[in-house]
Amino acid sequence: MHPIVIIGTGLAGYTLARELRKLDSITPLVMITADDGGFYSKPMLSNALLRGKTPAQLISADAAKMAADINAVIRVRTQVEAIDTVAHTVTANGETIHYSRLVLAVGARPIRLPLEGDGADDVLTVNSLDDYARFHAQVQGARRVAVIGPGLIGCEFANDLAGAGHAVTVIGPDPHPLGRLLPAEAGNAVRDALSAVGIQWRLGTVVSRVERDGGAYRLLLADGSEVHADVVLSAIGLQADTRLAQQAGLTVNRGIVVNGQLRTSAEDTYALGDCAEVNGVVLPFVLPLMEQARTLAAVLAGREAAVNYPPMPVAVKTPACPVVVAPPAPGSGGQWQVQADGEGVRAEFVDGTLLRGFALTGAAISAKQALVKQLAAL
Amino acid sequence: MKKFQCIVCGYIYDEAAGDPAEGFAPGTRWADIPDDWECPECGVAKADFEMVEI
Repeated sequence: MHPIVIIGTGLAGYTLARELRKLDSITPLVMITADDGGFYSKPMLSNALLRGKTPAQLISADAAKMAADINAVIRVRTQVEAIDTVAHTVTANGETIHYSRLVLAVGARPIRLPLEGDGADDVLTVNSLDDYARFHAQVQGARRVAVIGPGLIGCEFANDLAGAGHAVTVIGPDPHPLGRLLPAEAGNAVRDALSAVGIQWRLGTVVSRVERDGGAYRLLLADGSEVHADVVLSAIGLQADTRLAQQAGLTVNRGIVVNGQLRTSAEDTYALGDCAEVNGVVLPFVLPLMEQARTLAAVLAGREAAVNYPPMPVAVKTPACPVVVAPPAPGSGGQWQVQADGEGVRAEFVDGTLLRGFALTGAAISAKQALVKQLAAL
Repeated sequence: MKKFQCIVCGYIYDEAAGDPAEGFAPGTRWADIPDDWECPECGVAKADFEMVEI
């Protein structure tokens, strides 16, 4: 019997393998990864400085241990060059591997701004442990860090860097941080709390040039001002990695298009995680990924299953101002109703009498459980 | 007072601090958290947590 082949050993690939082994301990499993296959918690990358973790310490199990735990063959530092969905083969490092079922768990790539200037190529992004190792090495001894992007990952890194003693400036076009997730009152509460731990904001503008300036960088902003930094980190978002899928002739849109069983447009070929567009939606967060992994494990084990998301609140790991947000579904009718006091902001997105989403900051996060129950009752 | 960390997402439960968002008052022991409780950030079961050295 040909193996199930999973391309990718990030959270999606490994979680799927673990869930599959709960249902099926026999079917041969081959995992292919371009990196070293170490298992690490990706959400920790944006809050590892404060915990004093080195990149190596973030790996909780290396590829050999993972292979033993999940009874799989793991091919590390191996690049998949091509997929033939008709012949049921993948070509990796020049070798042909046959599969019975194929899973793409190839994740997403950071979106890069079209920056000008001789320092543009030095701008860092962090979307993997290898990226984090480069970032970690550069911030050692660096005082000033510029973070491009006031969204979830940008705010988490900013808080982590400030806590570790760096002078942080966050730059972005939004009027307040977490602009896509939070109403203004809640976003402003996050801004003020992060300001109080020393973070500087340049909002309502964008970086147009990054120039080398001795051993540091000068960022020129569209509003004519400048920011000086020793390290520049870009955290403006992710795009699904659809390159392999496209090359294999699979249907792709914003992500690899899959149905509620995580099946792509080709037979015996599946996708999950940050690379997948499930029932028309790309959700690059951990909770959706876990639900997808459980569903796909059941499908691969021959059971009936379909993705069925519970309410999935997102916790923003900004210790200076904890945030929990369950964004309303895109296109939901309704409006934000906001209550704020000195301790926190409680915002409910309400459509008539129905709760469609919520955003909580500071002490108001204690309302999370009650609001999740209301959402779940819909 | 001990700390426990989710192996999947890195969430830390600190007994001393509790977790107000989850309804656990400061000082709530790990042993007193229900077995069907799930990690608030990634949904893994309580059994998938491991203890962190402090």
